[in-house]
Amino acid sequence: MSEILSKEESKKVLSKIEEDLYSPIKKHDELSVFWLVLLITIVAVGFYAWTHQLKVGLGVTALRDYVSWGMYLGNFVFFVAVSLIGMLISSVLQLLGYKWITPITRIAEQVAIAAVALAGIIIVMDMGRPDRVLNVIKNARFASPILWDVTVITTYLTISALLLFLPLIPDLAMMSKRLTGIPKWQQNIYKILSLNWKGNQEQLRLLTNAIRILLILIIPVALSIHTVTSWLFAATLRPGWDSTIFGAYFVTGAFVAGVAAVLVVMYIYQKRYKLQDYITDKHFDMMCKLLVLTALVYLYFNINEFLVPAYKMRKMEGAHIHELFSGKFAPLFYLVMLGGLIIPIILLLFTKMRKPFPAFIIALAVLIASWFKRYLIVVPTMLHPYLPMQNVPDNFKTYVPTGTEILVTSFSIGAAILIINILAKVFPVVPVWETAHQKGVRNEDMFE
Amino acid sequence: MENNNNDTKENPRRKFIKNFGLTIGLGALATGGTLYVAKHIEQKKGKTVKVLTHDGQLAEVDSSQLAVMSKKEILESNQKRGFEGLRGKKWVMVIDLAKCRNARMCISACQQAHHLRPEQYHINTLMMQDSKDTKPYFMPKPCYHCDNPPCTKVCPVNATWKRSDGIVLINNERCIGCRFCMAACPYSARVFNWFEPLEVEGDDEKVYDVELNVPQKKGTITKCLFSADRLREGKLPYCVSSCPNGVYWFGDKNEDAVTNGTTGETTRFSDLIRENAGYTVHEELGTKPQVFYLPAKNRLFPFQHEGKTELDNNEHI
Repeated sequence: MSEILSKEESKKVLSKIEEDLYSPIKKHDELSVFWLVLLITIVAVGFYAWTHQLKVGLGVTALRDYVSWGMYLGNFVFFVAVSLIGMLISSVLQLLGYKWITPITRIAEQVAIAAVALAGIIIVMDMGRPDRVLNVIKNARFASPILWDVTVITTYLTISALLLFLPLIPDLAMMSKRLTGIPKWQQNIYKILSLNWKGNQEQLRLLTNAIRILLILIIPVALSIHTVTSWLFAATLRPGWDSTIFGAYFVTGAFVAGVAAVLVVMYIYQKRYKLQDYITDKHFDMMCKLLVLTALVYLYFNINEFLVPAYKMRKMEGAHIHELFSGKFAPLFYLVMLGGLIIPIILLLFTKMRKPFPAFIIALAVLIASWFKRYLIVVPTMLHPYLPMQNVPDNFKTYVPTGTEILVTSFSIGAAILIINILAKVFPVVPVWETAHQKGVRNEDMFE
Repeated sequence: MENNNNDTKENPRRKFIKNFGLTIGLGALATGGTLYVAKHIEQKKGKTVKVLTHDGQLAEVDSSQLAVMSKKEILESNQKRGFEGLRGKKWVMVIDLAKCRNARMCISACQQAHHLRPEQYHINTLMMQDSKDTKPYFMPKPCYHCDNPPCTKVCPVNATWKRSDGIVLINNERCIGCRFCMAACPYSARVFNWFEPLEVEGDDEKVYDVELNVPQKKGTITKCLFSADRLREGKLPYCVSSCPNGVYWFGDKNEDAVTNGTTGETTRFSDLIRENAGYTVHEELGTKPQVFYLPAKNRLFPFQHEGKTELDNNEHI
């Protein structure tokens, strides 16, 4: 924190910060309306596709008795993966005392909440009988990893929502008093949500303590959600999934996907809301370095995951390796491994590549590759059962996602972006109070 | 105070009269009722019916004691007996690969009994070849009803379970369609209802029988049940009794006896397995299958499929 500013200076700095950071909330131009309509259309069409699936049956997908988990499951794993970033950025890095992280903590929480909420919805959409979803609670059987997943995902969603909300309380108090040009009801909602925040020492102490407890709590919960998700696969006997490093493999992969997702959102916010003074080149530089670090760790686990079985070439594992490295999944596999991991690592070693725009492009590539990586984890294994696939129609022996499946999947992607978009439209994307506090603005100026 | 005292003084007499009246009234009603019921029973006496209790005992009861169960009650009783299994039994199947010529009668009998679509197999006959140098053979593959079943472990709602007589069942009244059990089964024994099930006349009226898994339901799992409904009647499974070639032996491990579905011959299970080098598929997975195979040696029917006597490399993996 810099020195406390003089009274006059403090007021000036504060009004500049507020003007900049409230702009997304006030901004209602054609582009934002168009974007919103586009997202809602995607979500509506995708949802309609799902109702069609409900009516006809899961058979409208390309899933059949051999490939019984496909794109939906891969998509689910992707969303759980992306949600882990909330823990890494807002918790681990903050607890380690890195101050530069402040302006992007809220972005990380937005991404985390949107992703984990959608993960929960995707898994219900993948069920054959979503009308019986409450059986999971009514007839809960705790020996099943699905129950563990349901438990930790709901816990993670709760803690993440609190971690978005608690640091927002001072901002809400400021907005209810000082944000002009918004409807009266919106101001009232901010006032109610601000829980009578006055900014005094006692409130500050309570808030800091509460946040600190949550920051510590979220670490084991976040590790659990993705470890348990990996166990949905590793707990089976199938070659390609039957691996002891799956937990670590998934968690490290999740950080790569999450850092990439935050970088993408950072760039869009910086450009669209003109936040260059807050989300600076330095933030991109640091996040890119973080991406390289996480990608290197993930690469290490990838080498373990493929080299060890490939060295032995046991019959079934061998078939799996063949399919990935030289079979029909090979093009996608190399694209994902090179384009989503190795090339980004090399490129990001150069300072120029860590500038906002190139960083955005690289992060986008990594994010898309991360999605396909999950597809490659789920699908090829299912095409190699222990016993041959025979006497079934040809479409049982291959898997090419259908239109309905793609629409339902785009529902989830659209809905996640929509949640982030709505959050950005109602709450400041960069913490106002913390930013002002770090710049030395007097507390009494903010909450008078 | 005064009033209260008066009340208590008067109370015993009033109470007596009240109670007296009530007793007379109830007594009369009871007598009348008994007489009526007695008369009713008198009329129907002599008419007895044989019924099967839920644990498989045959009992004789007076028809007047019978009440028609509602659909809900039948479902509950079906579910209850399906959950428990047949007491003291431990079902086991032996498949003699030397005798299988891919007649596929087992498959059609099974699909007909369980109202399955043609591509839905509770039992499927696979063409197998263990290595390039060995000869191919046909291998009927039902559910192996493992003693360490990977599928039941992963079910989040207890919709699939292993009962005391060894059968792994599925309750499609509870299944949520997550398909975790399909992913967990290394033998691809489980089948899903991706669409509305096959339309079979009368299925709409039928009460769900968990031992037959009929009517099938969209969005739920179905699988081989060792024909639990037939076993309850003391009959062999559908597939076993429909085989024309004597491939199947079925019986009770506790009695150490298996019966051939075609010839009706009964033999010791342990002898059959020992003398013919019986084995289970992928024993190394530790699932402990309860379906045993006898190797395809001295075959009655040489392998032939669509004019071929060998398999392509990718057909048996």
